[in-house]
Amino acid sequence: METVKTLDITANDLNWKIQYTPEHCTMCGSCVAACTFRAIEVAVERRATTISTARQPEPIPQHKAVPVIKRVKGLANACVGCGMCEKVCPNQAIKPVRNEDSRANILARSGGTPAKRGGRNNLIKENTLDKITVGRISQMTDPALDAERHTFDILAPFGRVLMPNELPFSNNGGELKMNASTPPVNWIYPIIFSDMSIGALSTRAWEAICMATAYLNEKHNMPVRMSSGEGGMPIQLMKSEYLKYSIIQIASGHFGWSRIVKALPQMKVDPAGILIKIGQGAKPGDGGLLPAAKVAEHIQAIRGVPKADLLSPPNHQGLYSIEESVQKMHMSLNAAFKFRVPVAIKCSASATSVSVYNNLLRDPYKICGGFFLDGIQGGTGAANEVSLDHTGHPIVSKVRDCYLAAVKQGRQGQIPLWAGGGIGMTGNAAADAFKMICLGANGVFISKLLIQLCGCVGNEHSRCNACNTGLCPTGICTQDSRLVRRLDIDKAAQNIVEYMLAFDTELRKLMAPIGNSSLPVGRSDALVTTDKAMADKLSIQYAC
Amino acid sequence: MCRIGAIKSKKPFHPSQALRLMLPQQEGHDNSGFAMIMQDLGGVFADYKDKPLLSLACTAQGAKLAEEYMKEHNFVRDFEWVPKIDRRPGLDIKAMPLYMFRCYDYPVEYKSADWSDKEQLLLDTRLALRELLEQDDQGYVFSFWPDVLTLKEIGDPSDIATYFRLWDDNGELMARNVVTQCRQNTNYDIVRYAAHPFFIQGYTLCANGENTFYTKNTEYQRSLHRGYTGFESDSQNFLYTLHYVLHELKWPIKYFKHVITPLPFSEIGKRSDNKELTAIRQSLANLEINGPNTIIAMLPDGRMMTCCDSKKLRPVVVGGDETTMAIASEVCGLNVVLPNRNPELDIYPNEREVVVITQELEVQRWKQ
Ligand code: SF4
Ligand code: SF4
Repeated sequence: METVKTLDITANDLNWKIQYTPEHCTMCGSCVAACTFRAIEVAVERRATTISTARQPEPIPQHKAVPVIKRVKGLANACVGCGMCEKVCPNQAIKPVRNEDSRANILARSGGTPAKRGGRNNLIKENTLDKITVGRISQMTDPALDAERHTFDILAPFGRVLMPNELPFSNNGGELKMNASTPPVNWIYPIIFSDMSIGALSTRAWEAICMATAYLNEKHNMPVRMSSGEGGMPIQLMKSEYLKYSIIQIASGHFGWSRIVKALPQMKVDPAGILIKIGQGAKPGDGGLLPAAKVAEHIQAIRGVPKADLLSPPNHQGLYSIEESVQKMHMSLNAAFKFRVPVAIKCSASATSVSVYNNLLRDPYKICGGFFLDGIQGGTGAANEVSLDHTGHPIVSKVRDCYLAAVKQGRQGQIPLWAGGGIGMTGNAAADAFKMICLGANGVFISKLLIQLCGCVGNEHSRCNACNTGLCPTGICTQDSRLVRRLDIDKAAQNIVEYMLAFDTELRKLMAPIGNSSLPVGRSDALVTTDKAMADKLSIQYAC
Repeated sequence: MCRIGAIKSKKPFHPSQALRLMLPQQEGHDNSGFAMIMQDLGGVFADYKDKPLLSLACTAQGAKLAEEYMKEHNFVRDFEWVPKIDRRPGLDIKAMPLYMFRCYDYPVEYKSADWSDKEQLLLDTRLALRELLEQDDQGYVFSFWPDVLTLKEIGDPSDIATYFRLWDDNGELMARNVVTQCRQNTNYDIVRYAAHPFFIQGYTLCANGENTFYTKNTEYQRSLHRGYTGFESDSQNFLYTLHYVLHELKWPIKYFKHVITPLPFSEIGKRSDNKELTAIRQSLANLEINGPNTIIAMLPDGRMMTCCDSKKLRPVVVGGDETTMAIASEVCGLNVVLPNRNPELDIYPNEREVVVITQELEVQRWKQ
């Protein structure tokens, strides 16, 4: 009996195997050069065959040394299934295949440290919103609109909205005149390109999203805003006119803020908003993480930090109550921009979201300009897998709960609700956004979808998700200058722009049949579901 | 689908005129009922204009309950008009056993009260009576307001008119303003309360079309005012918004249109009042209608107003002469009640327009 070292880690223990067809391989070496994880290597294998060509058996053993492409053993170089080898192979000689019997998850904690990765939750693969359809179609009495012909007002508020009787109006001979200032509200496109920092993203990927944002605004009149993510912004951008398309984020690490504060006097225009990040849907209660591998020189400069693992605390230090957060953070940030820029807050969706929202709604200072709720299916650049897969709250019912809580107080719409975490995960962001809006969201925010448009191959089925390694094969989530060059920023920006143009048309295609030309916020009557439990939970019609 | 209409005249006229306005339009409605609200009354009510008038359709038990409630709350009955019913067989009407129109004196403690207190009392009384009679389905309280009478019934409009002898023109029931509709069912249930026109604190409103923001409007209005109840019809939302904008916020009438069909942001941006209009659109987003609608409203001072949705998917026409003006969904109705008017002067308001007919029958129109 052969001795087997059963504890050795071999290819069949890992998530992905390589399917290699030597007959097609020309040994060009492209796949090996393309693999950022060094999961494959060129090797020489011994082949032994015995042939017999005579009439009687005259076995002749032959030995050949053949060059092959081979899996590298071990966890450190595990194939992540990114498919770059397959992409570059001229002969389709190599591709990754999923290993159903993988033991990787059991082995991943070797060294005594928790497993880490990027991407989304990999345990929830379905999209709740796909069980809902727009079932209230205008027929006869309220004619459907013409998606091509009618004008649609596709805008959402970012900022604190007052109750009608709180508006500081005076009646001047039949004309209402506003005679005091009100909290700033910006009406923007109902999709926000959401918080991915420079650092988590490569500068080029970040730039591609910036370019797409500017293009959508300037060429297509779509007022899409982009959130900076925690980690500051390039000084050039802060001094430019384009700042008006940006929402600046402040998170618990306060990374980049000293530069932002210093740049204040040089800002020609106001940013579109400030977003205080309290939590993130992908890893609620676990602070931000930028592994040292990604803290390149330019990241150190923007954030003002040395090369090290950058950990944002799970909490804003010194904030122990909602009231305190309102007074300290909202007030100081509002004051910094002289009360001209709306300040919103982003939280992980949680069983407690409704009480937080209720408190914000009741806040006497009326200073919170948006409640961003991020659900469990949101993505991240780096997190402990245990947080990614096992903490968090689905977004759909939570946004609905918050909306209905506001309805109960008669305050719906006063603090705009923005929903994120899995929007567009099946590629249909317009349908997802529309349904969230009908359930009560004012708008949605997306991020993973954006990098997928830039070429990210990661998904909810454990593909790639190596954003934490600094080895991102598409140049999106790395600071390695050689890898970053893989990203064609013009093409990436173009992909985003084209997706958004399609998104806009698709949104109209959904608004037209329900007969609405402005966003149907809270029109839950437009939705039906074939899932009874969901119908009950969301208070929408059950259909079968 | 339904059709709506209103007549405003310097001289009191009979309800049969309202029926004549509506019946030619009957291809556009389902003839499932008849409802009207009369204001500025003549006939038997001419001497009781300052007394709150209760319009009630109920059972005998309902009448008893209502009477007890009014007594308990110190309302003293001053005058009552009970329609003489024509009970000939074969009429298509689902009649209630009793119809009562009663004028009351205010309770003593309110004799010298301000109007603002009185109008709260009248509303609370109507709401209380409604709740009282709703138990065991004992009846319907349509309005309780000085100089305002409401009649609503289920059935064929001309049969309903026969039943109440509205064709007789006997001088008993007359008014200078009538808002009417010939349809009882809504897209929801057949309920008397669901029939237009609707009434609250002097404001009357009738609408045609579908309020696609019904859920949004309703969810918001429920917490805006205790009087915003029922919601049996998606058109009640318009009335409550009208009442909220004019009566609660006390905003000038032109802002009602800005609330229900706000201008697109791109247009607001170009206007000098953009700050105000943006604030209105933002703060009253839940009262936008965004569906195909026309409304006819009658204000406490007797003015009538009409406007339609921002895409003009529902039309309306206004026309008349020096003594009488009428508003209807279709011009054929106007042709019957005002055959001698100059039709060239008829107004077909556009999607941005508001038309108001003043007490002097002057027509004011403006663009939003
Ligand atoms: S799929 Fe990606 S990680 Fe796996 S071998 Fe190919 S290039 Fe390397
Ligand atoms: S391609 Fe890059 S960004 Fe996408 S999952 Fe892989 S490492 Fe992350």
